[in-house]
Amino acid sequence: MTAAGYPAVTGVGRPVGGGRRFSLDWIGAVPFLGYMAIFLFLPTVIIVAGAFANDSGFTLENFANLSQPFIVNAIIASVILSAVTAVGGAVLGALFTYAIATGNPRGTFRRAVTSACGVLAQFGGVILAFAFIAFMGPASAIYLYFSTHGLDYYAGGVWLYDLRGLELVYLYFQIPLMVLIFLPAVDGIKPQWREATESLGGGTWHYWRYVAGPLLAPAFLGSTLLLFANSLSAYATAAALINQGGPILPLQISNAITSEVGLHDPGFAKAQAVVLIVIVAIVSVLYAVLQRRTARWLQ
Amino acid sequence: MTATVETAARAGVEVRLENLQRRYGAVTALNDFSLTLAPGELVALLGPSGCGKTTALRLLAGLEEADGGRVVIGGQDVTGLPANKRDVGMVFQSYSLFPHMVAWENVAFGLQMRKVGPAERKRRALEVLDLVGLAPVAYRYAVQMSGGQQQRVALARALAIQPKVLLLDEPLSALDAKVRSRLRDEIRRVQLEVGITTLFVTHDQEEALAIADRVGVMNAGHIEQLGPPTEVYTRPASPFVAEFVGLTNRLPGTVSRGEVDVRGARLPLVHSDAAEGNAVALVRPEAVAMTSEGDIGDGPLVGTVIAVAFLGATSRVTVDLGDITVLAQLPTSEAAANPAGTRVKLVLRKDPVLIARDETGTADA
Amino acid sequence: MAAVSRSRRAKLQVFRVVTFVVLGIFFLGPIWSMFEFSTRGVGENAARTLDSWKAIGTYPDLVAGIIASLELAAITSIGILVVLVPTMVWVRLRLPKLRRAIESISLLPLTIPAIVLVVGFSPMYRWMGINLSDSILTLSFAYAILVLPYAYRSLDAGLAAIDVKTLSEAARSLGAGWFTVMWRVIVPNISSALLNAGLLSVALVLGEYTIANNLLYPNLQVEIVTVARSNAGVSIAVAVASLLFAFVLLVALSFVGGRRRQSPKATERLVQTYARDFSGGTR
Repeated sequence: MTAAGYPAVTGVGRPVGGGRRFSLDWIGAVPFLGYMAIFLFLPTVIIVAGAFANDSGFTLENFANLSQPFIVNAIIASVILSAVTAVGGAVLGALFTYAIATGNPRGTFRRAVTSACGVLAQFGGVILAFAFIAFMGPASAIYLYFSTHGLDYYAGGVWLYDLRGLELVYLYFQIPLMVLIFLPAVDGIKPQWREATESLGGGTWHYWRYVAGPLLAPAFLGSTLLLFANSLSAYATAAALINQGGPILPLQISNAITSEVGLHDPGFAKAQAVVLIVIVAIVSVLYAVLQRRTARWLQ
Repeated sequence: MTATVETAARAGVEVRLENLQRRYGAVTALNDFSLTLAPGELVALLGPSGCGKTTALRLLAGLEEADGGRVVIGGQDVTGLPANKRDVGMVFQSYSLFPHMVAWENVAFGLQMRKVGPAERKRRALEVLDLVGLAPVAYRYAVQMSGGQQQRVALARALAIQPKVLLLDEPLSALDAKVRSRLRDEIRRVQLEVGITTLFVTHDQEEALAIADRVGVMNAGHIEQLGPPTEVYTRPASPFVAEFVGLTNRLPGTVSRGEVDVRGARLPLVHSDAAEGNAVALVRPEAVAMTSEGDIGDGPLVGTVIAVAFLGATSRVTVDLGDITVLAQLPTSEAAANPAGTRVKLVLRKDPVLIARDETGTADA
Repeated sequence: MAAVSRSRRAKLQVFRVVTFVVLGIFFLGPIWSMFEFSTRGVGENAARTLDSWKAIGTYPDLVAGIIASLELAAITSIGILVVLVPTMVWVRLRLPKLRRAIESISLLPLTIPAIVLVVGFSPMYRWMGINLSDSILTLSFAYAILVLPYAYRSLDAGLAAIDVKTLSEAARSLGAGWFTVMWRVIVPNISSALLNAGLLSVALVLGEYTIANNLLYPNLQVEIVTVARSNAGVSIAVAVASLLFAFVLLVALSFVGGRRRQSPKATERLVQTYARDFSGGTR
C-alpha cells in the first residue's frame, strides 16, 4: 500500500501569524501526478508535438497531407455521420424524453427506463454491432422473414455494413444519451408555467412557441452538440461493422497507426488526431456556454 | 384592513361556484361546494392542507375539470370552458414568472396572447408594473429579483389582462415573514384600487383575517363558516373554526342550566341548547385575565406562571394549574408584573364559549 | 406535470404508448436477436441449442482473451483504487488547494476520445514492448486513465459523505500510523464508494475495444471480432455473456449505492452522471 510511503509530517505546530514553513506535504500527490504525467500528458504531448514535426523538425507537412482526397472524404463523412446521428438522436431522444417526463416522476417505470438508458448509452462498440447484425443482418431472422415475403431490403447491397448502417446503429446509444442529458432540463419545466400561460389566455401552441420552446432550446442545442462530439469520437462500433476501408476519420486514424504505412509516417496519424480533438474541443466549449444558460433558467 | 370601500367604487363581477364536485380516485376533494363572491369582494378560503381550498380555486380557474356543479362568472356559465378562455388572472405560490423573460415581458405576455401590438403592450405592462410599485425592475429577470418582487410582478401580470376574477393560490407562503405582511397589505391595496373580485387561498389565518372581506374556513371539502373576519374570530361556528382561527384553550367543564361550569367559573354558551354533562369549553386567551394581588387562595383557577412569551404590545402567559396549562393573552405591562414563578389567580371573562364534546373536538348540538 | 383537460390527457397517453412501443422494439429487438442467434440450431426448423455457447471453450484464443480481460479488469480496478484513495484523502487533509487541479485532471479523460489517446499511446507501448514487457497486462496502464473519471467521481462522493479530516485526526491522536488510518479508518467507511468505483471500472475494461485493438493486443472484445469471422454464433454467444455480466454488475451497483438509501431521483442522477460520460470511452 503506497500509503506507507507518505511522510510522517503531522502538521501540528504551525507558526502563529502564518509564517512560511517548508512543507513536504506535496510529496503525497507525487504518485498520482507522476502517473498522470506519464500516461495522460505524455501521450497528449506526443500527439501534438508529433503532429507538427517530422524527422527534420517543425513542419506543417502532416497537416498538408490531410488534404489528400481519401482523408478529406473521411473527415466530411465523419462530420455528416455525426450530424445526422446527432440530429436524429436529438429529435427522437427529445420525444422519448418528453414521454418519460410526463409520467409519474417517482414511479418504478420511469426509474427502470432511465436506468436502462444509463446502460444503453454506454452500450457501444463490438457488442452493439453484433447485436444489430443479429437483429437485421443478412443472416437474421427478421431479414429471412422479410426477404422471403417480398421485401428484400438488402437488394441494393448490404447497407448495414456501410455508413447508412452506422447511422442507424449509432442511434442506439445516441438516443439514450440524449435522454440522460436532456431529461434534467425537461424536468426543470415547472407546471406553473403551463398553468400561467393558460390563465393568461395561451393555448398549447402558444405555450410551446413562447414559453417551453425558448426555455428548452439551449438545452436541446447543447445536447445535440454533445451527441455530435460523441458520434465523431466513436470507433469500436464502426470498426466492428465496417470490414475494410476507412470511410470515417476514427477508422482512418486506426489505419494510420496500425498499418505498415503508418509506421513510416507517424505524424500523419497524429495530425488526424489533432483535427479530431480540435473539433471535439470546439463543440465542448459551445456546449458549456449553452449549459450555463439552461442552468440559469431551469434549475 | 377589512373593507369599508363603497360598493359603487368596485367594478368587479359576481362569481358563483355552485354545487361543485371533485374526486381524485377514491378521495372526494369537494362535495357539493357552493360559494358566491360579490362584485369587488375579496374572499379568503382558509383551511389546513388537503381541505379542498386549492381545488376550489383551480376549478374556478379552469385548470381542473369538475365532476359536477357549475362555475358562473359575471352571469356567464364557464363550466365547460378551458382555462385559457375564462379571462381569469392567477397568481401561483411559486415559480410564477417565466424565467426567460424580463419583468415587463412577463407582464405583457397575457396581452400578447390577446394580440395586442408590441408597443401598446409594453406601454400597458409598464403601467401595471407601476401600479404595483415595481417600475424600476421592469427590465430584470426573475432570478435578479427577490421573492416579494417576483410575486408583485406575478400580480401585475395577472392584472394586466384586466380579468374578471383574480385568483391567488397561497401567494405569500413561500416568502419570508417580514415580506409576507408587507406584501399582503400591498395585494389588498391594489385589489381595492382596481376593484376586482378576488379569491385568496391560504392556510395562514392571520393573512386571511387581515385582508379579506369575508373568510371561508374550510375543512375536509366543505365550508365550516363563511363570514367577516371579526365574526369568524369572535363567534366561531364550530370547534374546528375556533381552534383553527386563533389560539384556543380547551378547558374541561360541565354544562348545566344553559351555562358551562369551568373550574368554578360559570360561562355563558354560544349554543344555549347544548346537552348537559361533561364538555370541553373553548376559551380564547384574550378572555383570560389574571391577578396576583391580595390573598388569591388555592382554588381551581389558581396556578403558577411558567412562561411568558413577549409578542410586542401583548404577551402570552402560560399558567400551570396543576392538571392543565392555560394560555392568557395580556397587555405586556400586566404580564411583566407577573413573571415566571408568580402565583396567580385566573379570571375568565364572561364571553359566550363553544363546547366540544370529546378530546377530538367534535361539536355537539 | 400539470393537470390537463381530459382530451389532452388522452392524446398524451396515446403519444406515450406509441413512443414506448416503437422505441421498445428498437432497443430490445437487437438484444433479443443476440439471444436468438446464439441459440440457433443447424438447418431449418432446428431446435434451440446451446451448442454455440458450449463451443466457446474450443477456441483457445477466445478463452485467452476472456482470461486476459478478466485479469486486466482486476488489475485496473484495484490499481486505480490503490493510487486514488490515498491521493484523494491526502489532498483533502493536506493539500486542499490542489483539489481543483486534481479534479480537473481526473475528469480530463472524459473529453479525450479513446481513438485519440491511443495515437499517443502507440509509440509509448512500442517502446514498452521492447524495453519492459509486451504482456497484454500492460494495457492496465492505459485502462487506468480510462476509468479514472468514473472512479474519481465515485470516490469523491464517498469521501464527501464522511468527515475525513476529523476521522483521521482522531485516529492519529490515538496513535495510528498513516497505513492504519487508511486501511482501518477511511476505507471501511467508504466501502460502497469503493465497490461502486470498482464495478464501473470492471464493466468499462471488459467492454473496451478501441485501445486494445489499435495497440494490437488480443483482449476479449478483440477476440470476439476475430472469432466472428469464422463462427458468428460463438462470437455472439460470448457477446451475450459479457452483456449479461455487465448487466449483473450494474444491478449489483444499484444495490451497493442503495445502502445509503438515496431517493430515486438521486440514484437517477447518479446513473445519468456516469452513463452520460461513458461516451467516447469504449466506443
